[in-house]
Amino acid sequence: MSPVQLFLEYSIVGIASGGIYALIALGIIVIYKSSRTFNFAMGEMMMLSAYFFYAAAVTFALGPVLGVIVALICSIVIALVIERVAIRPMLGRPFISVVMVTFGVGSIIRGVVGMVWGPSDLQIPAILSRSPVMLGDIFVPGKTARGFAIAVVIVVALIAYLRYSRAGVALRATAASAITAYSMGINVRNVIAFAWVIAAVTGCISGILMANINSLTPHLGLVALNVLAVVILGGMGSISGVLVAGFIIGWLEAITGLFLPTGFREITPYILALIILLVRPNGLFGSKEVERI
Amino acid sequence: MTTMTSRMSEAQIQPARDASRWILTAVLMALLVILPFVAPGYWIYFAGLLGINIIAAQGLNIMMGYTGLLSLGHAAFVGVGAYTVALLQTHFDLPFWIALPLAGVAAAVIGVGFGLPSLRIRGLYLVIATLAAQFILQFTFVNWQWLTNGDVGLPVRPAALFGFAFNNETRIYYLILAVMILLMIFANNVIRSRAGRAFVAIRERDLTAQVLGVEIVRYKLLAFALGSFYAGIAGGLLAYFNQYVNPEQFGLLLSVFFLSAVIVGGMGTILGAILGSIFMTLLPEVLRELSLLAGATLGYDLGPILTPLREAIFGVLIVGFLLLEPRGLAQLWRRVSSAISRSRT
Repeated sequence: MSPVQLFLEYSIVGIASGGIYALIALGIIVIYKSSRTFNFAMGEMMMLSAYFFYAAAVTFALGPVLGVIVALICSIVIALVIERVAIRPMLGRPFISVVMVTFGVGSIIRGVVGMVWGPSDLQIPAILSRSPVMLGDIFVPGKTARGFAIAVVIVVALIAYLRYSRAGVALRATAASAITAYSMGINVRNVIAFAWVIAAVTGCISGILMANINSLTPHLGLVALNVLAVVILGGMGSISGVLVAGFIIGWLEAITGLFLPTGFREITPYILALIILLVRPNGLFGSKEVERI
Repeated sequence: MTTMTSRMSEAQIQPARDASRWILTAVLMALLVILPFVAPGYWIYFAGLLGINIIAAQGLNIMMGYTGLLSLGHAAFVGVGAYTVALLQTHFDLPFWIALPLAGVAAAVIGVGFGLPSLRIRGLYLVIATLAAQFILQFTFVNWQWLTNGDVGLPVRPAALFGFAFNNETRIYYLILAVMILLMIFANNVIRSRAGRAFVAIRERDLTAQVLGVEIVRYKLLAFALGSFYAGIAGGLLAYFNQYVNPEQFGLLLSVFFLSAVIVGGMGTILGAILGSIFMTLLPEVLRELSLLAGATLGYDLGPILTPLREAIFGVLIVGFLLLEPRGLAQLWRRVSSAISRSRT
């Protein structure tokens, strides 16, 4: 196989796995847009959803379809509880405090999952077919390709929903100016709760997909931190920018795998984050929110 | 108005409180010095560990509590200190009184290296940079095989001064105690200096601070370097204390540990970091005892769930204190002690 072809193959596989990252990124930015909160517990929400799926599909033997539905419902309930108990009382407090709270929530979820399900890998029922997909000469692993397809469908559906539904308009109004939205009769609290529900959905789907492609461990959620790092640096300005950032992470991870030992994959996003900080502190897409001092 | 009057009354009772504070400090010092003669060996081990945690937490407190610079990579900077000591000893056979300060300097230099780009801008960027430091440094500890010996880690010989080796729990305890007291006094003095006031001004409102003539970037860098320096010293002591270093010790969980220690104790007070460290160091032990007890009663081994339980409780403490008592144990302490002094008058 020629180097060019190899590069192409890795790129396509990388971008395909970036679909899931884009889904995670969407969950992160929706919460950010609604309340300027950076959700450091996104990865743990993902991971917990995958365990809900495992519990429903395997432990209670409900099968994959009901399993996904149960996992979605449980994830949404948990997200609403987090929002109500830990996030809402922090409204108006310094954003650094809110970050720490979400970080603490993540720590709680990691601990609880570790206590209930233990530290070892669990096998979840395969919902994605293994049979590879061929794009011309290029070979894409079946799970990655199908995971990408599902992630893209969900992303597109959610974006369409955010664009055309009343709730989506309310969310965008709140993002533009919470005070104006409030004075126009939009219930900002409900909008924030709604954003957490959307994040729960993206987290749940991405968590189950991740668990299918890799395996189910308490560390499953660590990728969300990578995504968060790059997304913040990519600029939290626009949804499309954030989605692109998700794909870039996937692509970069795959390309690193081509040139460097596998371990480097884990830190690629952070190295990228530091490079962005050095050369383009205004963010990749030049968001206005960066303030130099 | 109410705060005004309470400040005034505080000022009036200051001399009395100063005297009682000196007595309290003296008693506390005496207790700390005689501790090894009265307490069992396990306690001494524990006290040593506690001293190290206090130093590291105070470092994070200088950054986070006083200056408002959140770091999620504190454990990695502790690791830099520990590896510095181990490497300087293995390759250059440096004595501890050179290696230990160098451990602090190394952590400060690497910390500033990671922090520099983001300290120039406002916002969440430093959080990301420190998170990057956490993962990249830990990755380096594991993967830079020929330097760090990977997962296995490096052995460290006990610290020695003029042929006197700090080679048992009691001896290293005194060393840690001395360093800790020195660093606490230093932190206290820095906080009262021009730099300390600049830190607080930056935390409260950076624009105002700048208008008032505080060079924000310079003082942010200083706070960050100082905090990392404390982390490095703590790491160096930890290396001598455990007599080995390996990458596993410096994971994200330890960063969360320091974060919760500072939050639980009360951000932005010297006492808070100390109280928080005591609380957080004792907590896992209490948990372990309780789980042993519960395990014996229930008839099965609760050992495996201890680590996740600890993680969950760290999280509960972070969230709980931020929600309910953002000023932490130090505030509770202040309330209790002012209640006592009020009941006396």
